[in-house]
Amino acid sequence: MNRGELAELAEATLQKQQACRLRLLVCCGTPCVAAGAEAVVAALREQLTGLGNLADLELVSTGCQGPCSRGPLLTVLQPGQPEQVWEKVTPELACTVLNTALQQQHLPEQNLLPQDWPFFNRQTRLVLANSGRIDPESLEQYIARGGYESLAQALHEMTPDDVCDGVVQSGLRGRGGGGYPTGLKWQLVRKSSGSRKFVVANGDEGDPGAYMDRSLMESDPHRILEGIAIAGYAIGADQGYIYVRGEYPVAAQRLRKAIKDAERAGLLGSRVLDSSFSFRIDIRIGAGAFVCGEETALLGSIMGRRGQPRIRPPYPAEAGLWGCPTLINNVETFGNIPSIFSIGPQAFSAYGNGKSRGTKVFALCGEVVNNGLIEVPMGIPLREIVYEIGGGLANGATFKAAQTGGPSGGCIPAEKLDTPVDYENLQALGSIMGSGGLIVMGEQSCMVDVARFFMEFCLDESCGKCVPCRTGTVEIYRLLSRICNGSASQRDLQTLEQLCVMMKDTSLCGLGAAAPNPVLSTLRWFRQEYEAHVKDRRCPAGVCSMNELPLHLLGEQLLQRISALRCDGEEY
Amino acid sequence: MPEHACEHIPLADDPRLKLVDRALKRLQYQPDALIEVLHTAQEAFGYLSRDLLAHVAAQLKLPESQVFGVATFYHFFTLRPKGEHSCIVCTGTACYVKGAGEILDKLEQAVGIKAGQTTADGKLSLGTARCLGNCSLAPMLTVDDAVYGPETPDSAVAKLQGILEVPDEQR
Repeated sequence: MNRGELAELAEATLQKQQACRLRLLVCCGTPCVAAGAEAVVAALREQLTGLGNLADLELVSTGCQGPCSRGPLLTVLQPGQPEQVWEKVTPELACTVLNTALQQQHLPEQNLLPQDWPFFNRQTRLVLANSGRIDPESLEQYIARGGYESLAQALHEMTPDDVCDGVVQSGLRGRGGGGYPTGLKWQLVRKSSGSRKFVVANGDEGDPGAYMDRSLMESDPHRILEGIAIAGYAIGADQGYIYVRGEYPVAAQRLRKAIKDAERAGLLGSRVLDSSFSFRIDIRIGAGAFVCGEETALLGSIMGRRGQPRIRPPYPAEAGLWGCPTLINNVETFGNIPSIFSIGPQAFSAYGNGKSRGTKVFALCGEVVNNGLIEVPMGIPLREIVYEIGGGLANGATFKAAQTGGPSGGCIPAEKLDTPVDYENLQALGSIMGSGGLIVMGEQSCMVDVARFFMEFCLDESCGKCVPCRTGTVEIYRLLSRICNGSASQRDLQTLEQLCVMMKDTSLCGLGAAAPNPVLSTLRWFRQEYEAHVKDRRCPAGVCSMNELPLHLLGEQLLQRISALRCDGEEY
Repeated sequence: MPEHACEHIPLADDPRLKLVDRALKRLQYQPDALIEVLHTAQEAFGYLSRDLLAHVAAQLKLPESQVFGVATFYHFFTLRPKGEHSCIVCTGTACYVKGAGEILDKLEQAVGIKAGQTTADGKLSLGTARCLGNCSLAPMLTVDDAVYGPETPDSAVAKLQGILEVPDEQR
């Protein structure tokens, strides 16, 4: 395929879609499938077959549409009319919608989501532009939405240096959590010398409570391939790898199919789009190790070894896979690349706040009314995310904290709800942007218990290579357990803080250095809860059992018992 | 170990070994492809026996210690046979906040095994996951490959009734 043919295919597919008098988009993301989306698709398919599979009616099984807790979702597109979305769709409801739409009658209002629903209105969808709008397994539908046009533009109109400069201008920063400027990284790898260079997409989304990368890989796989290919051209690589988490078999399967389709169409492989650029992409499946999200551990895992981090420098940009310069970015970062070139770096950097440009995808979960996947401009106040997009807390609970960044992040208290969400501001609060998990907690969550939960996670996932992380996680977990069961003393609280700071300073990799963050941030914002546990032996949220005694109370109790045994009735 | 039932058949005669050998050939016996090979081997056999690991090590010309090291490093690989069915309770943050702990406790009670174990009759393995990426369904669990959520402790036990009832009747 050359550039002209690409444009023709896009035009032809778009015309076919515009000629449809009715397009039905059923969300087939995992949560919707669990809620019964497959039955909805089957029922609609049967109806359409009954009608003789008319060419101007289209049924599409899409990837994630966003409001995951309200599935199955059905979006109806009719020319000249605003799109309408139904929640909690049953096969019967779907058929009613189809039939009334065909008879051009008033569509049923049962379970219809309002037109001005903030969940949709407050979002800015760049990375998720195609998620929930296209069949993830269809290359044509991706191309019809301008897919691979950015790659064509880069290959035919720009030099590799231009591409790097474009990414620098856009102000894009790594979406995996670190926030390193993406353009600078690309330039660094471009300048490194090596016999070969590699591009690696990090899809090892290990943070509990985050599923943006999964959804992106499952809903719009070609976008990631396009982003990786552009990166390959920019840095001078001929091979890319996508490292997919082992728990995400659907994502791996969709990416495999996408690679095959793209290669067949000449969008990957040798002489991409009739240019002199050749690029292959392979999938590597992870095997369940959180630490593999760390870049040097990930490289080890791709090379078939234990996923243990190593000391940097040398950074992967100089010596990565098999000692060659390697560019590693998160899959969401690569998902941003096609948008940067389709709307232009300037337009991209118009979104955002301060040094954080563009948008960020969040997995909004926990005690909010609207759970789901959202994409918002950087710098949006947290309050807007929780109360407008999220619809406030479920069951009338009171907001207590929002947890971002998973086990490497922290908890943001209610008094900081108006903070703009971007890299710098979250860091100032002792949390991090992280990969994008955002878990809202109400009054019934105990912050000490939450800190213990994350420390248990890190204890389990520590690879054991460096001492501070290997033993630090165990000791901190023990101290937190003591606080939770009521046997801690003031001294333990001091030790806890000291250990956290030491671990932060001395760990080998990001896992250990960031592991104390949940403890430090809860200590900072919810110290009174720790004090209540230690001083008053009381859990304010009523979560912890507090059924043990600290040593000094244990001693007193013992003395009382012994006194009771004395025959002379004297006390000690 | 008694649970290694397959080890009674010599590994070389096992028809499933062909799948592993085919993968080895496809990956050109590259030592770097170790994790891919182990994935295939576990898919074919259900678990990685010591003999199987030795076979893979020999084929890839890697020390057995390295193969064993990799196989035990990653959570995904198991060196013991799994139950016929598997139930995995997600204990990610969203599920945890919404009460995954109670679900797990109740399931452990109902089935009589701890997470990470398999029932004596080999019918069911109970496990936990660090996050299955279905946070909007929290608290959620999977039975074999089907995803269920949001669950309560009782509804979770009910999901396993179908699997557990059969051995109960036989007793």
